[in-house]
Amino acid sequence: MALLEIQDLHASVDGHEILKGVNLTINAGEVHSIMGPNGSGKSTLAAVLARRDAYQVTSGRVLFNGKDLLEMAPEVAACEGVFLAFQYPVEIPGIGNAYFLRSAMNAVRKYHGQEELDAMDFLPLYKERMKLLEMDEKFMNRSVNEGFSGGEKKRNEILQLSMLEPKLAILDETDSGLDIDALRIVAQGVNAMRSPDRSFLVITHYQRLLDYIATDFVHVLVDGKIERSGGPELALELEEKGYGQIEADAQQALPA
Amino acid sequence: MATTTSKLEKYFEAYEDVRAQGLEREPVWLQQLREDGWARFSAKGFPSTHDEDWRFTNLAALAKTPFLRAAKGEFAVLPAQLEAYRVAGAACQLVFINGHFAPELSDLGNLPEGLLVCSLAKAIDCGREGCAPEGIEQHLGRYADMSRDVFTALNTALWEDGAYLRVHRGVVLDKPIHLLYVSAGTGAEISTHPRTLIIAEDASQAAIIEDYVSLGSEAAFSNAVTELAAGQDAVISHFLIERENLASFNVSTLRIEQSRGANVDSHSILLGGGLVRNNVHPVLNGEGAECLINGLFVGEGRQHMDNYMLVEHARPHCNSRQFYNGILADHARGVFHGRIVVHKDAQKTDAKQTNRNLLLSDSARIDTKPQLEIYADDVKCTHGATIGQIDEAQLFYLRARGIAEADARNLLLYAFAAECLDRMKDAAAREFAGGLIGERLKELASAVQAATLAATQEDGAQNWEELG
Repeated sequence: MALLEIQDLHASVDGHEILKGVNLTINAGEVHSIMGPNGSGKSTLAAVLARRDAYQVTSGRVLFNGKDLLEMAPEVAACEGVFLAFQYPVEIPGIGNAYFLRSAMNAVRKYHGQEELDAMDFLPLYKERMKLLEMDEKFMNRSVNEGFSGGEKKRNEILQLSMLEPKLAILDETDSGLDIDALRIVAQGVNAMRSPDRSFLVITHYQRLLDYIATDFVHVLVDGKIERSGGPELALELEEKGYGQIEADAQQALPA
Repeated sequence: MATTTSKLEKYFEAYEDVRAQGLEREPVWLQQLREDGWARFSAKGFPSTHDEDWRFTNLAALAKTPFLRAAKGEFAVLPAQLEAYRVAGAACQLVFINGHFAPELSDLGNLPEGLLVCSLAKAIDCGREGCAPEGIEQHLGRYADMSRDVFTALNTALWEDGAYLRVHRGVVLDKPIHLLYVSAGTGAEISTHPRTLIIAEDASQAAIIEDYVSLGSEAAFSNAVTELAAGQDAVISHFLIERENLASFNVSTLRIEQSRGANVDSHSILLGGGLVRNNVHPVLNGEGAECLINGLFVGEGRQHMDNYMLVEHARPHCNSRQFYNGILADHARGVFHGRIVVHKDAQKTDAKQTNRNLLLSDSARIDTKPQLEIYADDVKCTHGATIGQIDEAQLFYLRARGIAEADARNLLLYAFAAECLDRMKDAAAREFAGGLIGERLKELASAVQAATLAATQEDGAQNWEELG
């Protein structure tokens, strides 16, 4: 069964239609990448899937694990297994990084009727995952993302991903602003999470990330619609030729 | 005259009683002090909103309530009633019921060497008998300014008791001292005027918690004045906790006098009370003195919380830091008045003031007003204020990780309040304050959740407004 089924999704912000009929199916264990020029709606798609309420869905349907995702509050979607690695993770002064993550894990566990983790269960795992992402333990007690560099924030997102173990991880331009070393570490964290029952939706501008995270499918989003889909070779082609041809084709396809 | 004499009648009756009592027992200097206090108060009455220092706080309800003086022992309180008001890890607890010391309810524990803690009235009585704790005359009423502030004048005329603390030279206390001021009316509306005197000798170190609570639901008026004289290099933390019932009026004045190198922290945690005015007035009167003026006020319903800070830099090379955070829900109203005065000789002053406010409803209101008066030419003074709502981006981030909306809001409120906890150095006092704040915010979050939900659905945008 498909993990995620997006059918003819239209969404707008402040009355501007951004997504204009997106169709996409992701099966369990698959990695899909979405590429496309700025403003094509990539981040909007991620935000809609994470249930951010600033985005209004005007029509269409999204099924997650057979359930109506668009009916879910953000916390319910998260508990059901949707994870968004933010393009711009916010800073939250006054809330400790470890405390926050344990609260999140316990919220998810509670949702599934599981027992809460105490600090003794949580810390060893947390420290092990931090090590994998080459994060200093000092980040544990610092406020969430406060004063973190861009790369540290992105690593913190992947750390949360690795602890929360979602069914679907959406990476919203996780590679942007990263140097090659940070990119490698982030990709390593993602690759360690790959499994037959976990899927990924990787949103990126650059083919470069796909050198590190092997993708099964590549989709090109132009002006709110997926205009082309293909295998990993499509990313290489885009890298070489840019989006020009696809954008031109999309223009031509418009009814006069 | 702002208030008619008839409204002040009850205070005059109280003054007559206190004066008659004092004629037998009190030294002449103290009788004189009371007389001056009464003269000031009766000449001016309660201030109106035409008075610039009271522009945002209307005292009409206070002025028209005929508060009575409570005689000693008039309202019996059982130890069990105070169980909930202990501070874990405190060195001792002094309990005052309606302004009178209650030794049977207090716990003086094993007081460390070099610390004198007792009732101020008792200490003055001892003076009469020749076993005087020294220095009361030299300090009491010498700092708090009656000519500027009628509440200080009224307190000076009417105080009957309060705590007297003296920390001897070089003595370091590792546990806080808890002063519990209880308003306990049984049907009557009581006014009390607690007077606290804290003398921290050179190089001493101590933490003091002044805690205002009410038993029962009657309106009470607490008008407290505390004078804190910090000797050279003394390190003192003072905590004010206001958690009286919502019908109460609480005016408190903390006047701090700092000698060379003295380091004083003032932490004000205002959670209760209907109308609260919190005056903090440090004078940095010795080179190298430092003060931290830290506060949190949390209001809901129709609570009114007015914070009036006056930081005076009188000598060179002193630092002051003011941080006040306000959280206001429903129709609650807050005021932050931050005045910094740098005197002519106070070169190299470094003064900073920040007031941040979180408004949880459209009808909550904050008036924030910085006021800098600088008479020296080589100083660094900054001030800033912000007013905003709960940050929607932060809220979404927490929810996107699975945390339910109500819990996420609660976490963010607590984080905002925790900034103020982080500045408290004394661990026992911090834990105590943290517990009270946590409880208060939990109540607040559940009370405003429905209202906030409706409001945010209407207008998801959040704006932080930068003010100067």
